[in-house]
Amino acid sequence: MPAPPQHEQVEDEVIIDRGELSENAEADRDRIRVLAGSSETAASFQFDGEDHTLGNALRYIIMKNPDVEFCGYSIPHPSENKLNLRIQTYDNINVYTVLEKGLNDLMDMCDVISEKFVVARDGFYATTTDKNDNDDDNGGQQGGEEGGEAMEE
Amino acid sequence: MPEPTAEELARRNRLQILPETVSDQTSTDFPGHWPGENHEWNLEHFRKNFKVQFHSDGTAFLLEKQNHAIPKHRRIDQVFSLIGLDASIANAFRRILIAEVPTLAIEDVFIYQNTSIIQDEVFAHRLGLIPLCADRLSLHNMGWYIKPTEGESNGNELTDENCVILHLQVKCEWKEGGLEKAAKGETNPNELYVNHSVYARDLVWQKHGRQLEWPEDDPVRAVYPDILIAKMRPGQEVIMKLHAYKGIGQDHAKFSPVATASYRLLPTIDILKPIVGADAKKFADCFPPGVIGLDEVTSEDAQKHDELQGKEGELKAVVANPFNDTVSREALRHAEFKDKVKLGRVRDHFIFRVESTGQWDSDELFLQSVQLLKTKAQRIKRGLDLMMK
Repeated sequence: MPAPPQHEQVEDEVIIDRGELSENAEADRDRIRVLAGSSETAASFQFDGEDHTLGNALRYIIMKNPDVEFCGYSIPHPSENKLNLRIQTYDNINVYTVLEKGLNDLMDMCDVISEKFVVARDGFYATTTDKNDNDDDNGGQQGGEEGGEAMEE
Repeated sequence: MPEPTAEELARRNRLQILPETVSDQTSTDFPGHWPGENHEWNLEHFRKNFKVQFHSDGTAFLLEKQNHAIPKHRRIDQVFSLIGLDASIANAFRRILIAEVPTLAIEDVFIYQNTSIIQDEVFAHRLGLIPLCADRLSLHNMGWYIKPTEGESNGNELTDENCVILHLQVKCEWKEGGLEKAAKGETNPNELYVNHSVYARDLVWQKHGRQLEWPEDDPVRAVYPDILIAKMRPGQEVIMKLHAYKGIGQDHAKFSPVATASYRLLPTIDILKPIVGADAKKFADCFPPGVIGLDEVTSEDAQKHDELQGKEGELKAVVANPFNDTVSREALRHAEFKDKVKLGRVRDHFIFRVESTGQWDSDELFLQSVQLLKTKAQRIKRGLDLMMK
């Protein structure tokens, strides 16, 4: 894989769309930078609008990859909404594939967690809440259940 | 490749709680940490080991006085365990629950009249903090309203998709004959005035556009109708139009869907040498009720432990329910329990407690937080793909 173009740090205003996968893929492109001094096997990435939430989770999952020599993250300044992620890999392993694998693994993990959570929850409700379902009027059921299912998509 | 034994894995999974310190805090399940062992990320392995256990259904009964007087149960205070997870992932969910799951809250207040003694800006702030609820599917489908910055053309338009309009109009007046009662020395406001208190139940939703299709029986309203917003006296009046938008806790705490979301690690108590008699009672008193039980020493026990010989029938301390322990370390302060007890916590057993403010149920919130973490990863991945082109 060819080394990607390195981007100078640009201090432009970032539009952060809230949590949902927006139509605007270009905005996501602009949130990522590779900091100067990167090579095939070592690079620092900078993400705009991310914090410890994604930083630490991603660090963990990338460190689980045996091809990775080092992975760490930092928030360079608390009043700047930026996350720096450093990855160093062993010989001939590309850092970009490692990052991509980390993101994929994290997404797979989320799916398993959702799946198992729903099973455990439904099992628990089935054993404990029969009496509640009886005194719930149909309106409440409709609203509540639909809302719940929408979340599981 | 050598596999560590089950005991070894259990030992690695324990944090030690010592009188003044904690040790073995960090996880070690990374490739290269333990020579010869494979700790590579493996989805099937994760699927096999990850467990969810529910402890509390979290049902709360809210008496809804506005529009319908049916008490409706809401699962807003759930306790559940996630087992087999790393702290970084559990913490990501907790952080997302507090700061990134969106809710609807009052953001803009247009004050036409406010002669109450609460200043406009304080009044508006109080309104913002009132938890609202409505049909959840409709709420979920609502869009974002991004306020344009002054003098610029960014932001988007106010529509029925991203804005809920509420009205608040209350006027305080004398009750019939109230003035006479007051002259006679009556001081109870309920006897003297009408509408002397403005409550959250006085918020009236004004449907517009597609909101007319939202379910009738689940209107936009305050979760707790009895929240007191202001007090008034005759002649005072409030007339306000309120705009509620979707927002996230990162921007303002009023948008946070949870009163709090927290986790703790499952405590462990290991009794290394038998504790009997009066000591057993004292030991049990070092913990919250129910954590330590008292069993009779059987002849079998007496054969196994030299210390127990001749003590059949006396009481000995047993660990009954470590889940309820608060890990106060009281037991470690007493000389008689020295070397007899070991406290710890299970590193990958997270006991979550999610207290919702009522717009969503706790379990829905957790599932949203998982979805949001996934979306974060997805967005980075998409940006990365575009960058590599």
